This record gives sequence, structure tokens and C-alpha cells, in this order.
Amino acid sequence: METVLISVLNGLVYGMLLFMLASGLTLIFSMMGVLNFAHASIYMLGAYLAFTVSEFLGFFPALIIAPILCGLIGAAIEIWGLRKVHHNGHIAELLFTFGLVFIIQRLVQMTWGMLPMAYRVPAVLDFPLFALYGVNFPAYRGFMLLVSACMLLGTWLLLKKTRIGLIIQAALTHPSMVSALGHNVPMVFTTVFAGGCLLAGLAGVIGGNYQTTEPGMADSMGPIVFVVVVFGGLGSLAGCFIASIVMGMIQTFAVVVDYSVADLLRPLGVVLSGDTLLTEVLTVPVARIGALLPFVMMVTILFFRPRGLMGTRDA
Amino acid sequence: MTSLIRRLGFAFVVLSLAAVARPVWAQDTIKVAYVDPFSGPFASGGDEFLKVFGYILQKVNADGGALGKKFEIVPFDDKLQPAEALIALKNITDQNIPFVMQCTGSNVGAALVDGVSKHNARNPDNRILYLNCGALATELTNEQCDFWQFRFTGNVEMRAAARIKALPKDITKVYLLNQDYLFGQSVQHDTRKWLAKLRPDIQIVGDELMPFGKVQDFSSYVAKIKASGAQSVITGNYNRDLNLLIKAAVDDGLNVRFDTYLAHLIGGPTAIGAAGENRLSTITEFDPNVPVELKKPDAEAFSNGWRANHETDFSEIPFLTMFQMLAKAIDKAGSTDALKVALALEDMKATDMVGFPVQMRKEDHQLLMPYYAATFSRDVKYDAEKTGFGWKTDFIATTEDLTLPTSCKMKRPAS
Amino acid sequence: MKPRLLIIALVVVAIVLPWCFYDWVHHRHAGFLISMFSQMGMMVILALSYNMLLGQAGLFSLCHATFFGIGGYATVHLLNAAGAGDLHLPMEVMPLLAGLTGLALAILFGSMATKQRATAFAMITLGIGELMATAALMFHHFFGGEGGVTTNRMIDNSLFGLTYASGIQVYYLILAWTVIATGLMYFLTLTPLGRMANATRDNFERAQFIGYDPRMVRFLQFALSGFFAGIGGGLYAITYEIVTFDALAAPLSANALLMAYIGGTTVFGGPILGAILITMLQSGVSLLSNSWLVYVGVLFIAMVIFAPTGLAGIIKAHGPIKQAGRLGYLMVPYLRLVVPSLGVALGFVGLVELMSFLTIGAAQGKKLALFGGPIDVHATLPWVISAGSLLIGGVWLRFEAARFHRVWESLTTGIRR
Repeated sequence: METVLISVLNGLVYGMLLFMLASGLTLIFSMMGVLNFAHASIYMLGAYLAFTVSEFLGFFPALIIAPILCGLIGAAIEIWGLRKVHHNGHIAELLFTFGLVFIIQRLVQMTWGMLPMAYRVPAVLDFPLFALYGVNFPAYRGFMLLVSACMLLGTWLLLKKTRIGLIIQAALTHPSMVSALGHNVPMVFTTVFAGGCLLAGLAGVIGGNYQTTEPGMADSMGPIVFVVVVFGGLGSLAGCFIASIVMGMIQTFAVVVDYSVADLLRPLGVVLSGDTLLTEVLTVPVARIGALLPFVMMVTILFFRPRGLMGTRDA
Repeated sequence: MTSLIRRLGFAFVVLSLAAVARPVWAQDTIKVAYVDPFSGPFASGGDEFLKVFGYILQKVNADGGALGKKFEIVPFDDKLQPAEALIALKNITDQNIPFVMQCTGSNVGAALVDGVSKHNARNPDNRILYLNCGALATELTNEQCDFWQFRFTGNVEMRAAARIKALPKDITKVYLLNQDYLFGQSVQHDTRKWLAKLRPDIQIVGDELMPFGKVQDFSSYVAKIKASGAQSVITGNYNRDLNLLIKAAVDDGLNVRFDTYLAHLIGGPTAIGAAGENRLSTITEFDPNVPVELKKPDAEAFSNGWRANHETDFSEIPFLTMFQMLAKAIDKAGSTDALKVALALEDMKATDMVGFPVQMRKEDHQLLMPYYAATFSRDVKYDAEKTGFGWKTDFIATTEDLTLPTSCKMKRPAS
Repeated sequence: MKPRLLIIALVVVAIVLPWCFYDWVHHRHAGFLISMFSQMGMMVILALSYNMLLGQAGLFSLCHATFFGIGGYATVHLLNAAGAGDLHLPMEVMPLLAGLTGLALAILFGSMATKQRATAFAMITLGIGELMATAALMFHHFFGGEGGVTTNRMIDNSLFGLTYASGIQVYYLILAWTVIATGLMYFLTLTPLGRMANATRDNFERAQFIGYDPRMVRFLQFALSGFFAGIGGGLYAITYEIVTFDALAAPLSANALLMAYIGGTTVFGGPILGAILITMLQSGVSLLSNSWLVYVGVLFIAMVIFAPTGLAGIIKAHGPIKQAGRLGYLMVPYLRLVVPSLGVALGFVGLVELMSFLTIGAAQGKKLALFGGPIDVHATLPWVISAGSLLIGGVWLRFEAARFHRVWESLTTGIRR
């Protein structure tokens, strides 16, 4: 019971972090049709920038400044890069972001070096918030939940209550119609791209000290964010939210399950022995392949439902 | 069209020549090729080691080098990919460099053992020695051992033996958590083996493999460890997989020891920081506090020389031992011929910088050497990576302790 | 008639090339270059087979290395069986068996992935690629874990009595298979299947309307490209005599994409150019600079922005001008482009190298040697020169490019008229 409750909490924190990254990507992806490979690189930039800013000004100013910097970088990428590639088609755009990954990674290495940064949780938030069955729940994780909840609320208000939000929403589902109505679609694109990068940067700021800030962090976060976006479905922030939480939960819960296919077969009278490839595959406990489950789920859902969980149109 | 082809062809030839035309100076230095990742996500390791080699060579060359010549390191980027390492090997043999070192990754190590062996069999006039300074897989000096490989670092089993010997006596329950690939699996296997052999009183309350580099959130592992009631987590994890584990453990108030194999790796102390105080233990080949505790001023001065100019710590004493033994072997052989040097290296005895005896065993070409178990503590003279914490030695596994049997059946060259 | 001559010329060059670098002093081949040429050969197959998906069928796959790798693993196991005397097959047909393994796996995965198209297809292949790469690390029986599986290619069974002890024999084996595979893939583009692949790429609804099942077309194309990738993997195993999980991991899939795209996906031979160029960057330039990934990234982005049709596309665009016999008019504008481009390139390389030396290489005890001389990273002069040459070159290049564009436009419109 206690493991379940703790896993739920942890899954929630991780899921919210994923959502912060994935929501921006979903917006970009749904609107521009571009799977932005460099999204996780912006997340990494957010963490590094936050580290540098917090060296001078402290953590809380960094929480504001670093995401804004990331947003500006995103706007620059859109205006001087993506927009020029746009007329060459989606694959060209996708490949453009693909090239960015190499460049950002090496730039980060050249600027900050190759070693992990000593980017730490601020002292103010470095205490256990409460204890649950003897396991502490650190205040910083609560803070992460708070920040992501605020972000969720903010995005929701922006999309539902403002004019630009209305246009973005319309562009999510009917991009061509919106431009036909005479809206400045390139401008909307830039806004969305910058906004998405801002959110990724924010995720970097609070994720960078929760995890570690190092040049490999983009590589390790990238694929899973894709999975969330695709699983959630095109054009649906709600689907993205559900997918994030589900993926967060799955990864934390899978660790707790120690059963394998062989254990399932045992009651049926099948006993595996020997040292063959088949036994090797069937006796792998779920905990060992926990991190792979998202990929399995993604392949499964796309196979049956190419638009993803709550997508409004086919990917 | 033809002019274009001509132009392309010309550009091609020029580029290829540029790639090959590293000037091959007349033999006024002894070249040692160094293959490791220098680009991509794993570049930090190769980069750091290259600096360390630079520092070590200053000393070795000042001591006279070998045959009156100085050593020179020629780096090659393998991107941590076996195929790239084998291409680099061709480049190295083209330049008649008689030695190749490699210090990161057992996948590349296995490829080099095999590649060097085949190269030497097929090109007896241009042989090369593989000096392994960091591919740890136990197999490389057991089932897969080869005459042309000399390993100047302890294999996983030696480290496991040291790890278990160094465990505090009051521990009765341990949890094993390792990465799900060759290295993690052999740590798991050898840890179990030595626990059964040396500490039958210890109960293994959990034994788990986790996906390598894929886990983002360790809190559920922490909850599992907590539920198992373990006093210590024995883990071969390193870099990210270790840093995140320890962070999550401290955040969640899990109060256990972490008996690791590789926590001292570059970047580890910075990333872990205060979270590891007095509960993080590692198995090192050397750390700056060893000479302080053993009262060896020479060694202390040497490691201070590194410390003065770098943010990181000097812990690569086997690299120094390797070059000292190599120099001695070249002098003894009177040439850099791979076969002669190999025969001279076999069964060579030496003393490492701290004063412990080491030996290159003839049966499997594994260097028999001591290991130190150290705890992350404030109470040290030299801190690690300027974190305020350093490695405090609490156990020394001597060379005799770590002289383990080998299953190597080496094929020796005919001559 | 012309293209055929070109192909023959290319093959002849490929045959003669190793002997251009023969080391007459030591009487041996330049092993590194032969390895690099061999690597180019298998990468050509990989890139061409990838282009069967990307260029010809419009399918964006992210797991192409899976079939390359599985072909490699299969070959290693077959060679081991042959070496143990359990299998009596000549070396020359091993790549064919590797191809069949790739085909089998591509049929399995293809039946799943090709149910969808476009992004859904891409994401399914991403998932498959990740699953296979992780499985290769976890399961030791077939994949050998991190250390991979090793073998010995000297199985003493050859159609031509070759031992394959030396790299040059392997090179010619690879060359032969590259020519065969390239020929087959070219032949495929002429078949109804190849044509239908193009049709489903351009307008899959219309193709469906005519009565073809686009899913079947995708599936066949996917399976066949898996077959060719498997051949490449077999050659990989024969060359390196070891296959590790790197042979089926994501970076290689990404490489296939890079090579096909930079070379040009719209022309059949484009990926060949891309494969040669990327291999040279990877094995050649990486010897000279650790920042080679930046150069690849920048080259790639520049291609995407300025030349989405790839190298081959650029060359192809000259076709009509040449036909009109006006190629000479472009000579001067091209020459005028060279100087500012060199300025930009030198400035950029200079800045990148200076920067990476300042942060990463400074403490390595190396001295930065650039453009033939040692350079002090802390002096201001090299920075100023690099930045200046980048800036001035950039502005100048813009100017010249506009001029070039005008000439180009006037030429092409003149021809159209």
C-alpha cells in the first residue's frame, strides 16, 4: 500500500515534468507539423542557463530569466531557421531541428565544458516537506508540482481566454483555415515556437537540479518526450497531459513489479529451464524493462490508432 | 560533367591526403596511439584521460623515457564505437605505431583485443601491442584473453573482491542494483560470487538490473530499497545512473550506505556533492589522500602537481605504472618491436608510485595491483573536484589479496 | 548513354583507387584508406537502401540500422558456424544470407509499421529501433551484450580461392556487392513497384483510387529496403569481424538519414555522394578536429536551408544549362563565390576551434595548430582575424550570391525561352 501511494506521488512529479516539456512540443508539432528534435536540447540549455544565472543572481531570478532566454532563442531559431526551411517541406524542417541537436550539444560542451554542473536545489527548498510511511517527500518536489500546476493553469488561461490563444487553438486543428482568414500565421508560428521553447526552458530550470545538468541530458530526455507527444495525439493538450501522467506512472510502477512472462506461465504448467535465448527473453522481470514500456505502448497505440490517444487528426 | 568529376576526385584525394598526411617524423619519439571517444556524449572521459596522460608523460619523459627517446601520444577518436576504433587501428598500423592504448568501454576493448590479434597474425612484419587501461570486463583476461593484450587496470572481479572485503563488518543486508548491460551484469555476477565466498553472513535482500541510462526517476527504486530493509546498496552504476540514484535516496530520506564501484569517476563528486557524505564508498586505484595516509611525500607532490592546474583529481596511478613498465620493457627489449616488448613485459614486477608491488601476470596479461576502498568525507586533506568532500581511505586490498585465479588459455606466438 | 559511361568510370575509379595509395616502400596497402573505402562501400548500400524509403516512397524511417545490424549479427553467427565446419558456404554468398535475414525482420516489423504512413510510421519505427537496440544490450545469446560477437572471416571457403586475410580482398568483395546491390536497387526503381512507390509518395489517395493498395506498396518497399540494408550489415561483419549493438543503434539510423539527405534524395545516385562525404567527415575530419560534429551539423543545416535537393540535386540543376552549352557563363560567378566562401569557412572553423580549445583542449597540453602553424588561443589577433574573416566573408558572400543568382536566373530563363 505504502509503495503504491509513494509511487503515485513520484509518478505525478515526473509526469508533470514530462508534461512541461511535452506540452510545448505538442503545440509546435500540432501546429507546424514539425517534430522538433531539438526540443530536449532547449531543455538542456534551460538547465545550463539557469545554473549560470543562479550563480550570479540566485535560483528564483533564474527561474524567470532562463526560460525567457530560451524563449528568445526559440524565436530566433524559428525566424532565421525554420521559416526559411518551411517551403522545403516537413521533412526538411524536421531535419533542420535534427542538425540543431548536434550544434547545441557541442556549443554547450564548448561553453560549459563536458562535466556535470554543480547545479543544486536552493537551500530554501532543501528540506523534507512531509514523511509518508517513513519516506520523505522533499519540498523541492512539491515546488516542482506547484510550478508545473501554475504553468498548466497559465497555459490553459492563455489558450482559452485570450485572442491569441483562440487563434492558436484554431491553428492547432485547422491551420490552413486560419491563414485563409487572414491571420498572420508566421507570427503565430513564431509565438508558439518561442512559447514551446520557453516551457522547455522552464522544465530545464526545475529539472536540471532535480536530475543532473550535463551534456548528455538532452539525449536521455529526448525520445521519451516524443513518445509522450505521439501517444497523447496531435492537436490535443489534454491527450498530452494524460499521456505524460500515464508515462510517469508507468515508469515508476514498472520498477515495483518483479514478475516476468515466465511467472505468468508457471501456473499453466510451463516451467522454463536451461540457458537459451527463449528462456532469457521470457524470464526478464517487468522491472528490468520498465523504461522500455513507453516505447512498446507507443508502437501499440499507433498500430491501432494512428492519431494517438486523443488526437483530433491523423499524425 | 567530366570536369565536375575531376574536381570532385581532386577534392577527395586532397582531403584523404590531409587525413593521412600526419607527418611521420623520423623515429625521434616513441609513439603511443591512444584510442578513446573525443566527440559526442562520452567525450568527457577521453578528454580527461588525455590530459592525465599529458601530465604523466612529463614525468616519464623527464625520467628519461625509453631508449633515450621521449614518448609521444597520438590520439584517435573512436566515438565509443568498435567499428570506428578498428578503422583507427588501421590508421595506427599504417603509421607503424607499435602501441595502442584504450581506456573507455569494454565493447571497444573486445573489438581491439580481437582486431589486434588478427592484425598481428596476418601482418607479422607490422605487429602492435594493445595496452588496455580501462576496458574492465573480466572476460578480456579470462575466456577472451590474448597474447597481444596487456591490461593495466583491475578487472571487474578484482574490484568485486576488493569491494566485498571492504564492506563494514556490521552489515547484514545488502541490495544489489546494476545497469542492464555487460558491465553491470558482470558486477552483479562477481559481487554475488564474492559475497558468497567471503561474507556468507550477509543476506542479499534485493538484486536488480535497471535499464542502462534510461531511468529518469529513481524514487521508485529508492522506495523498493527502503522496503527491503537493506543497510547497503552495492552498485556498479556510474555517471548519471549513480548520481540520480543517490540524489533520489537523499531526497527521500533513505538512510543506507552506497557501496559503489565507480563513484569517483570524473564528474561524480560534483554531481553528488553533500548527498554522499559519509555514506558513499567507492573502489579506487588511487586518490590524492592515499599518499597522505601512507606518508608518501613524493606521491603527494606528484598528485599536487596535477591539482594545481586542474579542477579534477589525479586518480589514474595505473596509467603511470603502465608507462613506467612500458619504458622498462622497451629498454629491456632494446627496441619497440611488439613481440620483444610483450615478452619483456610478461611477469615484470614493479613498484607503483605509492610503493606497493605490482606484477604483470604471464598467464593472462593482467596487472596484479592493489585497490583502495574510500568513503566520501569532509575529514580529508584533499577534497575531490573542489566540492569540500574527499575520499578517505578505509581499506586497502593488497596485490596479494587480489591475485585471483584465471581461466585464460593463451595462444602464444610461435617464435 | 552518358550515365552508363559515368557508372563505368566510377567503378573503374573504385577498382583503381586503392592502388593510388599503395605504399611502395613497405610493400603494403594503406590500411586506413582501404578501411575507409570499405566503410564507404557499405554506407553506400545503407544510404541507397534508406533512400528506397525516404526518397522513393516518402517514408521517414528511424530504424533503418536495425536491419543493417541484424544482417551483421546473422553473418557473424554464420561465419562462426562456417569456421567450426558446420556450414559449407563460400564467403561470397554470406552477404546474401545477411540480406535475407534483414528481409525476414523487415517483413515482421514492416507488417506492423507500414500499416501507417507519415509521422505515425516514423514514430513506430523510432519505437522499434529503440526496442531493438536495448534488446541487443540485454540479451546475450544472440547479440553478445556490450562486447558484441566476434568472428574470423578466414573460413577457407571461397568461390575464387581467396583467403580474405588482407583488407584489399575484402574491399573488392564489398565493391562487388555494392555494385550488385546498387544495380538491383536501380532496377527496382524501373519496375512497376518502384513507380508505384513514387506514386504513393506523391499522392497516396490518387494511387489508391487507381486501384493499388498503398499499404502493400509501402510494405514491399520497406521489406526490400530491409533486404539491402541486411547486405550492408553482412559486409560490415565481414570487414570488422565483430558486430556490437552499435550496428543497430539509433546513431547509425540517423547517419543513414544524413547521408541520403545530404547526397540528395531526388536523384538515384545522390545517396552515394552523401555516403562518401559523410564517411570522409566521420573518419577523416574527426582525426583533425574533435568538433567535427559541429561541422556535420552546420553542413546539414546549410543543406536543408539552401539546397534541399542535396548535392545531387545541385548537380542535376546544371543539366539544362549544360545542354544549352552555357555552362561557361557560370564559370566566373562560381570563381567569384570561392573567395568569400573560403573566408566564411575559415572564419567559422577558426572560431569553433579557438573556442573549443579555450574550454576543452586548453589543458590537454596540446598546442592549437591551425592552418599550418601554432596559434596562441589567448591572444586577441586570431580571434579578430577569424571573426573578421567570417563577417566580411559573410557580407561579401551575400553580395556575390545575389549576383550569382541573377546570372543563374538569366541563364535559365534564356534557356526556357
